[in-house]
Amino acid sequence: MNYFKALFTIVKKDVLMEMRTKEVVNASLVFAILLVIVFSFIMEPGSEVEKKIAGGIFWMAVTFSGILGLNKTMMSELEGGNFEALMLAPVDKSAIFFGKVISNMLVLILLEIILIPLFLIFYSINIVSHPLMIAVLFLATYGYALVGTLFSMISVRTNSREIMLPLLLLPIMIPILIAAILSTNIFISGSDIIYSYNWIKLTAVFDIIFTAVIFGIFSAIIEE
Amino acid sequence: MKLLKKLDTIFSILLFFVVPIGLYFAFFYAPLEKIMGLIQKIFYFHVSSAWIGFFAFFITFIMSILYLITKKIIYDDIASASAEIGLIFCTIVIVTGPLWARPTWGVYWTWDPRLTSTLILWFIYVGYVMLRQFMEESQKRAQFSAALGIIGFINVPIVFLSIQWWENTIHPNVVQKGGGGMHPDMFVAMQVCLFVFTIIYISLLIRRLRIIFLERQVKLLELD
Amino acid sequence: MGSSNTENTPLISLKQAMKIYGHLTALKKVDLDIFRGQSITIFGPNGAGKSTLLKILSMQSRLTSGSLLYNNIPYKKLNDDFRYNFGVISHQPFVYGGLSAMENLKFYGSLYNVSNVEEKASELLKQLDLYKRKDDLVRTFSRGMLQRISIARALIHSPEIIFLDEPYTGLDSLASNKLSILLKEQLSNNKTIIMVTHDLITGLDLADTVLIMNKGKIVYNCKKSDIEQENFHNIYLETAVEKGA
Repeated sequence: MNYFKALFTIVKKDVLMEMRTKEVVNASLVFAILLVIVFSFIMEPGSEVEKKIAGGIFWMAVTFSGILGLNKTMMSELEGGNFEALMLAPVDKSAIFFGKVISNMLVLILLEIILIPLFLIFYSINIVSHPLMIAVLFLATYGYALVGTLFSMISVRTNSREIMLPLLLLPIMIPILIAAILSTNIFISGSDIIYSYNWIKLTAVFDIIFTAVIFGIFSAIIEE
Repeated sequence: MKLLKKLDTIFSILLFFVVPIGLYFAFFYAPLEKIMGLIQKIFYFHVSSAWIGFFAFFITFIMSILYLITKKIIYDDIASASAEIGLIFCTIVIVTGPLWARPTWGVYWTWDPRLTSTLILWFIYVGYVMLRQFMEESQKRAQFSAALGIIGFINVPIVFLSIQWWENTIHPNVVQKGGGGMHPDMFVAMQVCLFVFTIIYISLLIRRLRIIFLERQVKLLELD
Repeated sequence: MGSSNTENTPLISLKQAMKIYGHLTALKKVDLDIFRGQSITIFGPNGAGKSTLLKILSMQSRLTSGSLLYNNIPYKKLNDDFRYNFGVISHQPFVYGGLSAMENLKFYGSLYNVSNVEEKASELLKQLDLYKRKDDLVRTFSRGMLQRISIARALIHSPEIIFLDEPYTGLDSLASNKLSILLKEQLSNNKTIIMVTHDLITGLDLADTVLIMNKGKIVYNCKKSDIEQENFHNIYLETAVEKGA
């Protein structure tokens, strides 16, 4: 079976299931909104939100609510032994993995799309104040979904999955987080956008390297 | 097993002679630094630990790849032993860093790229060791920690680069770091210390491997 | 399935197969030939290596050493498409609770590239008495219904070799009759069945060859026609239980 057809089949299944149950989006969305509200207490009441920290709040909300979502989607694969069944299917095992990456990415992007107007309402800050921000959103979210999917697959099989996922994921995500936060801040503050180029390149390099590495080692780490 | 026991004895004897030599070179052979004084002595241990910690994680990286290719449990044993020892040296770096920084720069922690990267590295391998503790089944544990051993190590230069750029955006004029013009005798002492630390690393690795093998034998006896 | 399908070439051939999990040896030098159309039942105490053997034969696990051939081709040379020939029914349902019965079958059907999935799925659901509930979420199903949907899921692509790991646990007598009928139908279509079970009666009923495993080895391998069925329980006790103790 065609690699991309298999990948797409997985994504289609996840979208269908999410539309049926809305479990992942509901849980992580409420948490993300709550985080945005709670973070606002960093500032003095009534004071205008500093443009410097808006990017940080945005990405922290995405990161932490994303962890919830990642755990949840991977649990649905483990319950009922579906992951085992997927590994039995006559398709490349990494196609299934990258299908899950795309599914997780879709959830995260949906989350981001909902957070953007919230920042306008609560903080009067436009997160997407430059077209290049779309590239940052896309690249950073992909990198996060990529490593997050792999680590959620690992952490759901440990005895303490709630602790293990953030513990493994956050240190590895540091470059993506720094790059995403700083370039978001560059766009919000209206600084010269050439300062964001290096960050975008760094994120792209991260994505390419880890896509290649995981593609290379995936079947070796999953087969019994 | 017998070979390991022999090597263990040889290295223990070797350490007995080599460690005092290292101490002699660090404290007596190397001249006293004019400005920092005695504090500078910590430099020999700080830098040596950093090198050995990094080298240990490199061994974990190589052994993880070998494990995924061959699936021989011995490579997983070496990878995990080396990661644990690397973590110890990494801890020494993080502890001695502030001890040196406080009298030299007046602060305990500087967000220096090297020190900060070491801290991130420390978290990655704490995750590695914890992951192993939370997994029972030895094959899955070996496969998953190999994935982390590979991804974690490849991530190091990206983390370093991102932190360096991040620091540059905050403090455009970086404080001049120590070690610029080194006295030739200091350089010799440095190299002797590095050699001594390498011997310590190898003997710890042998000792840890012996323990792993003995533990496995005990487990097998319990099963019978 | 492959090209050379003469009577003498075994469909699956296992030689000196070893499987070691970490420090546990699950299979110790197992030799086994399986021919097309055979129905093999594997008995044995817990931890005898039955499930491991099934996982090896269905390419879910890799051998530590030894060889595994399908139609004389080593398994390492076969690509992912080859797993099209396998259907696995396990004690886990292998279906998503958040999807309906029909959606589950359609999803797995499309992963197996089945052409007329909807038709095939409806047919299987009817055979298994689930058609009325085809649009209900699987998480609302009872244990027996889950077992039945998992049977439908495994057969959606009409596999050549059907692997069953304890398929009768949790089935009521009606459902287990249905399963037996379905499996006999598969056998009459020259499909191959390999089953692991604790249930001596249903296991013997379906088998033409009986294996007993103990401590990672096949300790008994016999055609059913050569067994005095009344005696089988005693044979089982002698080979499996005593040595296991």
